[in-house]
Amino acid sequence: MDKTGIHPGGEHAHVAAHGHEEHHEELGFWRSYVFSFDHKVIGIQYAITGLLFLLFGFTLMMIMRWQLAYPGKPIPLIGQWLGQDRAPMGIMLPEFYNQLGAMHGTIMVFMGVVPLAVGGFGNFVVPLQIGAPDMAFPKLNMASYWAYFLGGVTMLASFFQKGGAAQSGWTSYPPLAVISPGQTMWLIGMIFLITSSLLGSINFIVTIVQLRAKGLSYMRLPFFVWAQLVTSFLLLLAFPPLEAAGVMQLMDRLGGTSFFMPSGLVVSGKPLLISGEGNPLLWQHLFWFLAHPEVYVLILPAMGIVSEVIANNTRKPLWGYKALVYSVVFLGFMSFIVWAHHMFMTGMGTTMSAFFQTTTMIISIPSVVILTALLLSLWGASIRFTTPMLFALAFLPMFGIGGLTGLPLGLAPSDIHLHDTYYVIGHFHYVVAPGTIFALFAGIYYWFPKATGRKMNELLGKIHFWGSFVCINLVFMPMFIQGLGGMNRRMYDGGLQYAHNAGLLKYNVVIGFAAWGLGLFQLPFIYNFFSSIKWGALVDRNPWEATTLEWSAPSPPGHGNFLTEPIVYRGPYEYSVPGSARDFTPQFEPEGV
Amino acid sequence: MNIPYTVEERPDSGLANGKLGIWLFLASEVMLFGALFSTYIILRTGAPEWPHGELNIWLGMINTFILIASSVTMVMAWAELKLHNWARHRMFLIVTFVLAGVFLVNKYFEYSSHFAKGEGPWHSTFLAIYFTLTGLHGLHIVGGMVVMAYLIGPGASLFKRNPDQFVNRIEYTGLYWHFVDLVWIFLFPVLYLL
Repeated sequence: MDKTGIHPGGEHAHVAAHGHEEHHEELGFWRSYVFSFDHKVIGIQYAITGLLFLLFGFTLMMIMRWQLAYPGKPIPLIGQWLGQDRAPMGIMLPEFYNQLGAMHGTIMVFMGVVPLAVGGFGNFVVPLQIGAPDMAFPKLNMASYWAYFLGGVTMLASFFQKGGAAQSGWTSYPPLAVISPGQTMWLIGMIFLITSSLLGSINFIVTIVQLRAKGLSYMRLPFFVWAQLVTSFLLLLAFPPLEAAGVMQLMDRLGGTSFFMPSGLVVSGKPLLISGEGNPLLWQHLFWFLAHPEVYVLILPAMGIVSEVIANNTRKPLWGYKALVYSVVFLGFMSFIVWAHHMFMTGMGTTMSAFFQTTTMIISIPSVVILTALLLSLWGASIRFTTPMLFALAFLPMFGIGGLTGLPLGLAPSDIHLHDTYYVIGHFHYVVAPGTIFALFAGIYYWFPKATGRKMNELLGKIHFWGSFVCINLVFMPMFIQGLGGMNRRMYDGGLQYAHNAGLLKYNVVIGFAAWGLGLFQLPFIYNFFSSIKWGALVDRNPWEATTLEWSAPSPPGHGNFLTEPIVYRGPYEYSVPGSARDFTPQFEPEGV
Repeated sequence: MNIPYTVEERPDSGLANGKLGIWLFLASEVMLFGALFSTYIILRTGAPEWPHGELNIWLGMINTFILIASSVTMVMAWAELKLHNWARHRMFLIVTFVLAGVFLVNKYFEYSSHFAKGEGPWHSTFLAIYFTLTGLHGLHIVGGMVVMAYLIGPGASLFKRNPDQFVNRIEYTGLYWHFVDLVWIFLFPVLYLL
């Protein structure tokens, strides 16, 4: 690193001043906190925006859960404010229910989890973990945040247009998506979000390849960096086909083309005047070509965070680091050739189904290797049950349940029964909600001291964890029962009109109360987050006694990150080295110190 | 703050940051156009009949040669810059910019002849994919022209301050421009000839 990249201020000055550019050249408020090029500021911007979208997306679901638990009853508290065209007299309209469903998925995936996991943690942690002064392209980094922000604003604004937001599900299958209102804004928002991911992923790959500190070879990279590297390749190569598909759907809506519109469509009793000859399945192929790798975009950074937290709190090296690395690379590669397992029911043919169910079974192998390696890392350890560790530990069984319940969906014969039921919802939420989102909480509690110089409150953290853990399982476990009983996932009234659902409706009330309880248990987190910025216990550089490079920088790191050029002497997880005086030997410590 | 390897190459990867960045960007572009070409194949194989002779092959061929020529002048602009022949570098870069403009003018005549007949993208699946593919390609041409205009105009002063970085920028612009050219080399036979 160049000498000019070193911040002139001392470590204590940083801590006192909350570590921004005061001592450097004078940057105004706007350049320091809003239009900043600094990867740490951009990372925090991404993280906070992502958290707000997660809260918003979750709120949409809490409203939907009222309608499912008590179909046709006025929504309490907020029902009267939703407006006549959404919920007259507080009773939800089916169109509004569909909007909430479509936007819940879109917001959680594209505006909540990915920006927090990749934009937030990736931006903040990756340059610090590889010993870089910043990302390779700081201006591009800012551009990608603002593209994301614009995409988010577009999506939110779509609720207020005539006809409301998109209502064809987050998957936006045509022909429905082409003829239903709200979709145009969704597509425009998606193009902003895709642009943001594209710029971000290029930046991450270049940063990791080019800006690693002296001595930091690939096999000395923390596993989190590996996970981010593979994730970036997935974003880079999987998103463009969806962009192409988005452009074509936009053409179908605005330009009158028929890419996804077959001949002979009749809408509301009138034949559609279009040229026809399009192919609705083509959208599904292009969509899932993105959206299956996207599943791994959601899960790989989470695995990376969990690995860091587990190694730190077991005080042991990760079990099978090399196996983890090879698995994550193989997983990334395989994720490109499993997409059509979402389409077994489309009639695409048994040859296709056979191919894609085979690749789907193969991709479960590296996932199991990673989970097993993390589980074995716990063996014989004297574990520190800190709040981040509790979330990381919970990730293992939660992701395990999510993964194992996916196997019957990956096999075409059993998928025929389970497809489009609540079982599917239970399955993928176990992967991303108590899976990924718990890992993200682990990451927030773990790196909060690095970002702010203060620790979050442990007691509030434990209340947050145990409350969330119990509630979230009560939300998703009953969905497996409902799904196996055949309850369809898209019913506006929760499936009231079908006789076979009669015994399953009671779970809708259980799930509803669990979801609202889950909402309440986020309050300690929100309070803890903001109050700890001001009143949390002050920490030094390395409060968790960790080994990776970010802990050699001041907390919080100043502009340019490191006070002296970081040099790496060993692998990332040298905990409890025999013969060593302490139970951790950081990467940045020379031999014989 | 200085980011390492913005101009010089990192020894172990043999690349400067920008070069790796532009190659990654081109990889994503391959996926973008790849998806559109796949769409073309699927729509065409699924169609009961596929129209022939709707496009003016001569105009398309002229445009093909224009783009190939612009790729050559782009390389020349970079080579002359490497030799520090500033005047000849600017001449070749401006010629590249003008050729790109001529391509778009040609394209305008092609488009307007379709619209004059009332045959826009809504007319048939063939014209839908034709307008989408060439439209996106045209946007890439416009993007390239914006970058070239910057490097001819306000961006040229970088050569005095940091000549190596300016040479790199011309090289990356060239890589992008060859890609845009290459896409057209695929588009021409697929849309006009086959």
